[in-house]
Amino acid sequence: MNAPFFKFGFFNDDVSLIVAFVIGIGFGFFLERAGFGSARKLCAQFYLTDMAVFKVMFTAIITAMVGLYYLSLAGFVDLSLVNVNPTFIVPQTIGGLILGVGFVVGGYCPGTSCVAASTGRIDGAVYLAGILVGVFAFGEAFPLLKGFYNSTSMGSITLPELLGVSYGLVVFLVVLMAVGGFAGATWVEKKFAGAKS
Amino acid sequence: MTAQSKAVSMNVIGVAEKTERTPHPYSNPYLAGLGLGLVLLAAFVVMGRGLGASGAFSSLVATGVQAVAPEHAKSNEYFAEYLGDGSQHPLKDWLVFEVLGVLVGGFVSGILAGRLRKTVEKGPNISVRGRLTYAFVGGIIMGVGAKLARGCTSGQALTGGAVLGVGSWAFMMMVFAGAYAAAYFVRRQWR
Repeated sequence: MNAPFFKFGFFNDDVSLIVAFVIGIGFGFFLERAGFGSARKLCAQFYLTDMAVFKVMFTAIITAMVGLYYLSLAGFVDLSLVNVNPTFIVPQTIGGLILGVGFVVGGYCPGTSCVAASTGRIDGAVYLAGILVGVFAFGEAFPLLKGFYNSTSMGSITLPELLGVSYGLVVFLVVLMAVGGFAGATWVEKKFAGAKS
Repeated sequence: MTAQSKAVSMNVIGVAEKTERTPHPYSNPYLAGLGLGLVLLAAFVVMGRGLGASGAFSSLVATGVQAVAPEHAKSNEYFAEYLGDGSQHPLKDWLVFEVLGVLVGGFVSGILAGRLRKTVEKGPNISVRGRLTYAFVGGIIMGVGAKLARGCTSGQALTGGAVLGVGSWAFMMMVFAGAYAAAYFVRRQWR
């Protein structure tokens, strides 16, 4: 086992920033390729006329998930050294709801608004400014929100740990669900694309 | 590039930009998703962490607050966390550099595809001012939601989803729920 490379000390913090920049370029590139620099393309997801958001997101999730799983089975990656976001179930649920509303009201999410702004979309740049205001407001209100923010902590728990089943089984079920979702999404697109506006 | 698509595009963008290339169609979503997934996998293998976006905004805001009101920033627990102990500049941060990369990567892809265009994404029945108001308000809501959830679509849904985090999956479902619930009320932006 010698990956994740950074965790094994193969390079230092300064080099990790170069890695960050390069990985970011790849991230931004494929977001733009997918059409996610356009709020119209992104939001069509929520009017069922173009399900690209779901398709791209779940293809990316299963690609990385399956790749990581097999690399760990092969003994190449130590899965325990890959960061899992800690779960704070109630604030994350409420935060997700708020974020979803912000997505459809403004047309972007933070990463896609960067791509929109850098390809000339003025609404993307304005959205970025909005995020900064929102983050500032959250920071200022943090003393009031702190209790809720830190509530219902469950640690860095994963679905297989929660369900008491093997990691591989959850990977398999997620792939199955995604493939079913892709078929459903294509069906929905055909049904609603003709009926738009 | 077919003659027909060129003609259509020139009608849309006007004579002034006729030297500009016709925008290429977007990639197949599964192909773009595969590319995105491989970038995410590379981040896991090389760094042991995934992608993100909203964290960079926290660093930026904390830095701004520190520049204007240093004492206030230090006394605020949330900003103080992003400012660190002062041993290094708060913008010398992994997510800040990653987001700079996102800006560059999007720009490069946009140029290659002929999609670089100063414009506002909106439907025909809303003014530019109206659409920008929605964008600004949506950004504010997004900023609050992403901070409350400890991440956004990149850091929670995509990254946390791929490593099967419980909170990340709950978050992802709620993002779609929130967006579908609100979609009807803001539809005039696009129709």
